[in-house]
Amino acid sequence: MSKDIDGPRWLLAELTYKCPLQCPYCSNPTDYTKYSSELTTSEWISTMRQARDLGAVQLGFSGGEPLVRTDLEQLVEAAREMGFYTNLITSGVGMDAERVARLKQAGLDHIQISFQASDEVLNDRFAGTRAFQHKKEMAREVKAQGYPMVLNFVLYRDNIDRVEEIMDLALELEADQVELANTQYYGWALHNREVLLPTKDQLVRARASAERYQDEYKDQCRFIYVIPDYYETRPKACMSGWGKIFLNIAPDGSALPCQGARQMAHIDFPNVRDVSLEDIWFGSDAFNVYRGESWMRDPCRTCDHRHEDFGGCRCQAYQLTGDARNADPVCSLSPDHKKITQAVTMAQNQQPDNSVKVAFRNPKNSKLFERSEAG
Amino acid sequence: MTENTPLKINTGFRLQWEPAQESHVLLYPEGMVKLSSAAAEILGLVDGQRSLIDITHLLSEKFPEADLAEDVKEFVEVAITKGWIS
Ligand code: SF4
Ligand code: SF4
Repeated sequence: MSKDIDGPRWLLAELTYKCPLQCPYCSNPTDYTKYSSELTTSEWISTMRQARDLGAVQLGFSGGEPLVRTDLEQLVEAAREMGFYTNLITSGVGMDAERVARLKQAGLDHIQISFQASDEVLNDRFAGTRAFQHKKEMAREVKAQGYPMVLNFVLYRDNIDRVEEIMDLALELEADQVELANTQYYGWALHNREVLLPTKDQLVRARASAERYQDEYKDQCRFIYVIPDYYETRPKACMSGWGKIFLNIAPDGSALPCQGARQMAHIDFPNVRDVSLEDIWFGSDAFNVYRGESWMRDPCRTCDHRHEDFGGCRCQAYQLTGDARNADPVCSLSPDHKKITQAVTMAQNQQPDNSVKVAFRNPKNSKLFERSEAG
Repeated sequence: MTENTPLKINTGFRLQWEPAQESHVLLYPEGMVKLSSAAAEILGLVDGQRSLIDITHLLSEKFPEADLAEDVKEFVEVAITKGWIS
């Protein structure tokens, strides 16, 4: 075991890519239909055990929609016994009062429910299915059964002006915490960026609203406003650095240093079916390739900020510049920064236009992506 | 809160020893804080029954040479503000 590398602290277990929803900003790979094989219950338990032994303590059950897995209760119970803090990250679809109770019995610590908007019409349009009323019911059920509850709202052009209604809904549902997360533009969201990216004015207003609520309701609920990096000049310190604390296991057992990494065709991501997690975390090329700073190029290589932001997000650098070793183009020192400013200018000049087509996250569109990559 | 109010760890928070980090951590939805050994000593005594006075008393028995009252009070106040205990 290498002495100067710490083990992971966070395990994100993506149990399945199956999902009844179709959010156009979904963090799953655009070609997710390619990876249809899923780890079995015992493979997941062994993976969690290994991650726990390496020092992981926070565990997120995610997807796709993790409730699709009928062994979820079993996995939660096993994880809890190992000493994990267990988080369920769900759309609420596939949930009912009984299941909430069974998960509680299994030891689930916390539930995060995602909403697409604060009203039924917009929510269900972006979810690609009827879900809003059920989500609300389930949020009430989660609270009634004594869980701490986080609500997650991804913010985009069509819902960001309603951020106060969103926060009112969260207060009504008695959320303990609310994430107002501006869309991160990877994968599906990058493809749909033209439809999703808000304008500067919209952001300024949303931020002011969030700050007001943060202050006014601080005894009731924590509002966390996640800024959109496109409107910044310095990148975010993504994942605290590659291979530093975060470990993502995809449904098929592939181990990834972050959810967006799968698109990097030049990296051969190891699979927990073939290799031990210890070897993967400490020894694999995939986890070592952008660890530390030796891989950096100019301008990051000699920049004073590199110990704090690690050159930003590797996936963003990869998908916008074609090489993950480049600085994240969000950085104004990046020679590719104009790729960000151009998108922002486009957002400014754009009239609300329903003619731009949204690509919903569904098997049909995924297969199209798969084919366009192959060809 | 008065010095006699019973203190409890809030729902969703869990205190736990982590061998990998060689320290106690406080876990909560999607996050954690690494605790100093002093903080862990105090939080370890928060059980829904004991008050600030009780906790201070127990700690001064355990560490007779230190004068802890102020530090314990200060930490408890911070922990309440952060929403860890109430
Ligand atoms: S972002 Fe939407 S489509 Fe993607 S997994 Fe979550 S709920 Fe399903
Ligand atoms: S040049 Fe690189 S290290 Fe410096 S601020 Fe920009 S992204 Fe960060």
